Amino acid sequence: MMTVPLQHALYLAIVLFALGVTGVLVRRNLLFILMSIEIMLNAAGLAFITAAARWGQADGQVMFLFVLSLAAAEVSVGLALIIRIRHRLTTLDADAANLMHG
Amino acid sequence: MFFLVLVPLLPLLGSALLTLSEGRLAPRLVAFVGVGSVGLSALVATLIAIAFLTGPDQHLTITLWQWIRIGSFAPTVSLYLDPLSLVMMLIVTIIGSLILLYAVDFMAGDEGYSRFFAYMDLFVAAMLLLVLAGDLLALYVGWEGVGLCSYLLIGFWYQDPANGLAARKAFIVTRVGDTGFILGLLLLFTQLHTLQIQPLLAQAQTSWAVSSLPATLAAALVLTGAVGKSAQVPLQTWLPDAMAGPTPVSALIHAATMVTAGVYLIARTHTLFTLAPAVLAAVGVIGTITLLISAFAALNQTDIKRILAYSTVSQIGYMFLALGLGAWGAAIFHLMVHAFFKALLFLAAGAITMRLHHEHNIFRMGGLARRLPLAFWSFLIGSASLAALPLITAGFYSKDAILAAAWAPGGAARLLWLGGIVTAFVTALYIFRAVFVVFFGTAKTEPSGRYSWRVAVPLTLLSVLALGGGLVETPPVLGDITLFSRLLAPVFPTAPPPAPVMLILFTAVISLLGLGLAYTLYWRIGPRFAAWANAPPITAFRTFFAEGWAFDALYHQLVVAPFLALVSANHADIIDRFYTGIAWTCRWLHRRLGAQQTGQIRWYASWIAAGSVVTIAVAVLR
Amino acid sequence: MMLLWLILIPFLGGCLAWAFRGRHADASRWVSIAALSLDLPVLALATRAPSGAWLDRLNLPWIPQLGINFELGLDGLSLLLVLLTLLLGIVAVIISWSEITERTGFFHFNLMMSLTGTIAVFLALDLFLFFFAWEVMLVPMYFLIALWGHERRIYAAIKFFHFTQGSGLLMLVAILALAFVHQAKTGVFTFDYFALLGTPMSRATEFWIMLGFFIAFAVKLAAVPFHSWLPDAHTEAPTAGSVILAGVLLKTGAYGLLRFAVPLFPQAAMAFAPTAMLLGVIAIIYGALLAFGQADFKRLVAYSSVSHLGFVLLGIYAWNTLALQGVVVQMLAHGISTGALFILAGALQERLHTRNFAQLGGLWASLPRLSSWGLFFAIASLGLPGLGNFIGEFLVLLGTFQKHPVFAVVGAFGTVTAAAYALLLVQRAFHGTPRKVEVPDLRARHIAVMAGLAVAIIWLGITPQPVVDTAAPSLAALQASAATPGPGAK
Repeated sequence: MMTVPLQHALYLAIVLFALGVTGVLVRRNLLFILMSIEIMLNAAGLAFITAAARWGQADGQVMFLFVLSLAAAEVSVGLALIIRIRHRLTTLDADAANLMHG
Repeated sequence: MFFLVLVPLLPLLGSALLTLSEGRLAPRLVAFVGVGSVGLSALVATLIAIAFLTGPDQHLTITLWQWIRIGSFAPTVSLYLDPLSLVMMLIVTIIGSLILLYAVDFMAGDEGYSRFFAYMDLFVAAMLLLVLAGDLLALYVGWEGVGLCSYLLIGFWYQDPANGLAARKAFIVTRVGDTGFILGLLLLFTQLHTLQIQPLLAQAQTSWAVSSLPATLAAALVLTGAVGKSAQVPLQTWLPDAMAGPTPVSALIHAATMVTAGVYLIARTHTLFTLAPAVLAAVGVIGTITLLISAFAALNQTDIKRILAYSTVSQIGYMFLALGLGAWGAAIFHLMVHAFFKALLFLAAGAITMRLHHEHNIFRMGGLARRLPLAFWSFLIGSASLAALPLITAGFYSKDAILAAAWAPGGAARLLWLGGIVTAFVTALYIFRAVFVVFFGTAKTEPSGRYSWRVAVPLTLLSVLALGGGLVETPPVLGDITLFSRLLAPVFPTAPPPAPVMLILFTAVISLLGLGLAYTLYWRIGPRFAAWANAPPITAFRTFFAEGWAFDALYHQLVVAPFLALVSANHADIIDRFYTGIAWTCRWLHRRLGAQQTGQIRWYASWIAAGSVVTIAVAVLR
Repeated sequence: MMLLWLILIPFLGGCLAWAFRGRHADASRWVSIAALSLDLPVLALATRAPSGAWLDRLNLPWIPQLGINFELGLDGLSLLLVLLTLLLGIVAVIISWSEITERTGFFHFNLMMSLTGTIAVFLALDLFLFFFAWEVMLVPMYFLIALWGHERRIYAAIKFFHFTQGSGLLMLVAILALAFVHQAKTGVFTFDYFALLGTPMSRATEFWIMLGFFIAFAVKLAAVPFHSWLPDAHTEAPTAGSVILAGVLLKTGAYGLLRFAVPLFPQAAMAFAPTAMLLGVIAIIYGALLAFGQADFKRLVAYSSVSHLGFVLLGIYAWNTLALQGVVVQMLAHGISTGALFILAGALQERLHTRNFAQLGGLWASLPRLSSWGLFFAIASLGLPGLGNFIGEFLVLLGTFQKHPVFAVVGAFGTVTAAAYALLLVQRAFHGTPRKVEVPDLRARHIAVMAGLAVAIIWLGITPQPVVDTAAPSLAALQASAATPGPGAK
């Protein structure tokens, strides 16, 4: 069975992570920012699984499960916050939510 | 002899009683307590004097309590009675009670009646502590205590800010001198390990050579204190302004007693000064300069009390002159006689002003000889004694003793004698100027009211003393009475030689000449002389003299103005600027860094991303 | 055990006073007075069994893992200062009776906590405990200023907090450094005062640690150039706060120098002495100059404190028996006379709602009692012989003269400048053109306090010997521990 080389999987993780970062930085809609964060988390998860496969250890998979549960929690909290912001500011524009400026 | 404690204690209790009553006592009761406590003290003092003079002791010490004991530093609160302090004690209590009796009427109706007597009694107590103290530190307590009372009484009429200024000036200027005195105490203790006066002097004599550095320094520092208190050059400027106080205050504090404390101090510690001939010479020179310049200043005053104030400065100059020549007894003799006639003069001046609606300008008086005979005769007798009119006045004998002492050593001391004799002439001139202007000619202000016995009795008694008080010590040609010098012999064993007859005659003629010139200038050719004296070039000199040789202006430029400039430049505390500077920098940084806190989540995320990239890059590439 | 009670009683009293908040305003006042008064017999009991210089000792384990003990000791020096604390504490409660009407419970809680901390500072013999007490003393004082102060109270409170907290931090660093150095040399990690005495260390280390202690205490003592928190804090604090600040809290700085900064680092302290004495002399003159220029009654008195405490600093570093005795007397006398002046300023503020000289002056006719007490304490403050301050200043000058005559000469001129500002105070507040004011004069409560303080300062002036005798053994012990290199005697 052909195995995907380690490097390729890591390249994919890097690309996914860079996409996520870019999404967070350039998108103004909070929903998209949240989604970009999810992509970043998954990129990290992919890197963990790759590493686990490479070393034949279960630790990476365990970590990925952690990431998954964490992402779920994060999404629920994040969405709740987004709903509150939508109520308060009547917009999902991240730049409008700058009440904490110095 | 333990009753000696009562002498200062009685006035102190009187003062405490008056203070604690908060002015709620009836005026009669206030007067009773105020005068009675000092009068009783005078009585006790007299009895003690009789007992002391008839007793075998030459001196006695009463230790009241150990003040402090820290290792070898063990000052006690003790009273020391010897002929010198005996004389001073009698002067203070007897003249004090006469002046207080007079003040009962003078201050009648004043809203601070009780406060006045409380301060006066406190003064008498402090002055008695000063003269009786057996320990220099206890003496210093009295020394500062009289200074405080002087401050309180000069500023007694606190409603006028000018009085407050005069009072503060008096206190602060004398305190400059006192700082020297306290440094003297530090030096004396550090070197001799005691402040008990008699052991200290004995110790000084054994451990210090004549003209050695510590002796000179210590004497100079003690002199500083004496100069400040006794209003000698260069610290004389406070005394004329001190006349802002009520007249009995001027009579008691600024003529008879407190200002002569410096003379007493030097006489008390004269052993120290004999170890420092240079300082002793300085005492004489200071005295001579002072008596000259203040006599000229007195000649140009228009305020009757300021004439007397400058006259006081000048007469204390005589005492310093005598001290500088080592004629300790003559200085104390003049101190006593001066207390008589100067108190008399002040009380007489007060007797005039209290009847003239508090008019102080002599040129608005005039013709009072027949209108106020009591004041006239008292003032005349006081003036005669001050001018040292021959034979009949006490001042003649005391001043003669000083001039004789100045003549005797010859050499450079003759310059001091010259100063003294010139001043004797000017003294007669200025005081009879006042007499002629005030009591003769046309009346410009009509007197009102009348005197009670409380004014008459002190004036009469002081008149008697001002005339006859000198008969305790006369030169050989005039009866050769040596009561006073024999009394003081245990304290001052050596006395200067008596005056030659020619010198006595010369002195007498000089003072009569002064009287004659005053008669000519201010009475015979009065208006013509006044016109000449009021011409522009002359007035410039007269203003200069009248303002006390511009010492005030000089000190203002040298000390007061820079001090005030410094104070006002720094009233916001320049060091605080440093700390507010730190706070300002923090706020500035806060604004700068706070601007980075945009509140935009994407901005923060960019920084996080950039930071992570940089960190990872550093970690990987390093 | 008495020492523990000495601290616990005011602490519990403070808590109880807070419990009485709300309707029972008088109750919290009475509780505070009762607690402080109860401390007096406890203090007397604590002196029953003296051993050496120490009147009483207490040592309980606290955090033994870190070498921290709850160690207290009472000697003559602490006895006098604790006594001053208690008396001024009672005075502070009495004079805020009519001034503090809001949140009285919390006010008295803070007051009592601050006093508790102060007492603990004077008793602590464990450096960690000392630091702890130091902080306990400060925080309630911050609240006293910030909540019950005058117009610029927030500014003053924050400034006070920054200065004292910053310096406290410096002290903590110095304490830790000392403990670590001690551990490195002996292998024992401890904060015990006696163990740390005579810790061998290099010259430079000793100097830097000493400097940390010195700066911390100098800030507290308001020595120039660390004084600038003092005028603001004193001026803006409520009267009770000013009395406690000036009367007691400043003395903790002097106490720290006496107890720790010199004995723990004798060589460095003696090398540093001329500099410290110079700072003292500068403070005397500089404080007096600033006092002269102030237009605010309380500010003038505050700067006069800077000047008076200059004498304390001067005396401490002269470090001979005369000067140290002078320091003790000066601390007590300054606490009394300055406290009294602050009380009078508070009384004026309460009546006329101003402390500005432009709106004062000529009050003698309307307020004769207040004015005469003002005169009395102004005169005490300028160091009139016969009153306590003179004894303190004279002894300090005498001690200094034997060590460094020049400093004594300059310091002596401080008495002239003191006369200048003290008499200016009298003139600008009480003398001058009469001003008609329709307010009552001092009442019995204030008169009683004033009379008590006056008696104290006169007593100190004419018979200071009891104070001298009380302080003598502890001062001798301090001098001995600074003189013997090597581990100090237990």
